[in-house]
Amino acid sequence: MSLQDVLNVTKILLQYLLPTLKIFGLTLLFSIPLGMVVAVLRRIRFWLVAKPVGFYILIMRGTPLMLQIITVYYAIPMLSQNSFPFLEHLLSFVDTRSNSYQFNALLVAFVLNYAAYFAEIFRGGIESIPQGQYEAAFSLGMTKMQTFFRIILPQVVKRILPASANEVITLVKDTSLASVIAYAEIFRKAREQMVTYSSLAPLFIAGVFYFVLNAVLTVLFSAAEKKLDYYQ
Amino acid sequence: MAMLTVSHLSKAFGENPVLEDISFTVDQGEVIAVIGPSGSGKSTLLRCINQLETADGGEITVCELPLVRTENGKAVYPDKQTLREIRLKIGLVFQNFHLFPHMSVMQNIIEAPLRVLKQSREEAVATATELLRKMDLSEKADAYPCELSGGQQQRVSIARALALKPEILFFDEPTSALDPELTGEILKVIRELAKEKMTMVIVTHEMAFAREVADRVIFMDGGVIVEQGTPEQVFGNTQSERTRQFLRRYHSE
Ligand SMILES: Nc1ncnc2c1ncn2[C@@H]1O[C@H](COP(=O)(O)OP(=O)(O)OP(=O)(O)O)[C@@H](O)[C@H]1O
Ligand SMILES: [Mg+2]
Repeated sequence: MSLQDVLNVTKILLQYLLPTLKIFGLTLLFSIPLGMVVAVLRRIRFWLVAKPVGFYILIMRGTPLMLQIITVYYAIPMLSQNSFPFLEHLLSFVDTRSNSYQFNALLVAFVLNYAAYFAEIFRGGIESIPQGQYEAAFSLGMTKMQTFFRIILPQVVKRILPASANEVITLVKDTSLASVIAYAEIFRKAREQMVTYSSLAPLFIAGVFYFVLNAVLTVLFSAAEKKLDYYQ
Repeated sequence: MAMLTVSHLSKAFGENPVLEDISFTVDQGEVIAVIGPSGSGKSTLLRCINQLETADGGEITVCELPLVRTENGKAVYPDKQTLREIRLKIGLVFQNFHLFPHMSVMQNIIEAPLRVLKQSREEAVATATELLRKMDLSEKADAYPCELSGGQQQRVSIARALALKPEILFFDEPTSALDPELTGEILKVIRELAKEKMTMVIVTHEMAFAREVADRVIFMDGGVIVEQGTPEQVFGNTQSERTRQFLRRYHSE
């Protein structure tokens, strides 16, 4: 490939940076709050909550994300067309022929998967805070809300930052899995260009994109960790 | 005036009785030392009074407010609001300080006055500054707990408890987590509070200190109060053989 080809491919891939970032950003936006909810649910001992939540986390972490993406993408149309009327009704709001269906299915799979990982990180973080912190806040007359938001959460954030950074960096790379259902993002396009040019170079160029994104994220996370370095 | 009345208090963890028929009172301005071997239930007693554990039976009254009563053999607690009101009359100093690590010394002290008592920032900071001066920590206001020695951390935690102006202050082995050379600074602070007629209940293994600073000493063993009285009575004219054994062990150490 000539330098001109490299520039051309780069230009093309750059156009698909936005779809990649869209998966990345929206997955974070939804999976972090959902993960918090799941982390809270996970602390409930009542079996009717504990078992399904435990099962959900087990499946999400125990099977490949690629499999989950394919399942969501193909299962919803199947379920909403030729199964029980109940499910059909439930899923009728999903228009599987609409333009946004592909992306929505993708997002559902990513969010469900990442929420499970974040939930485990949050749970570990919350459980690592010593009981004495709760007792001190309680004996000072603080409410449960005040205790959580003023005392517990800030300490949890510091403790889970390194593990969360790992997740976020993995997510950047995992966006490439969207190509499995032919969603047009960087990786998908790079593979097309690979065929066009009969060269591996487009894939390497895509690799540079992911690398640069993660370099930026790593710097941001290091800065955040440094900022919280003032104690302990 | 009785600031704290405990009568026939009982508490078990599962099948294991930890407190049995505990009765004593604390008057305004009194300093009570609670002594006894490990596992005798001293911490559990303090935790019941501070609502960190629930009693199984008996009565506790704090500043005329009933914290727990027994009706038909069952312990009955008042509504949440009353419980909170009672909690604010009581300060608790922990063995391991339990300072908030992400907050500076000043923030640790003003957090509850600001958010619980809804004091203005100026008022809370003024009180905290005065307390820090008293604790000899004026120059540490902006430090974080991890930058302080154990003795300094414990003094901050005492200031944090005092900032809510409690009627009674409880200490659970306030010097046990400290290096021996640092216990003195905490004992000095407690001594000064005693001079100011602060009502205090102190669980301690410092026998000499208990003897010196306490108006009354309670000796606990196996979940019961074996002996209580003035330091002269308990240390000088010991009635019970169990107390005598315990004190002898301390002297030989
Ligand atoms: N949360 C708990 N669950 C079960 N048993 C407990 C619990 N807390 C304390 N105990 C038991 O209750 C008994 C009294 O414990 P407590 O901590 O009150 O003793 P203590 O007098 O404070 O001892 P120390 O001097 O070692 O602090 C012990 O036998 C202890 O094992
Ligand atoms: Mg104890």
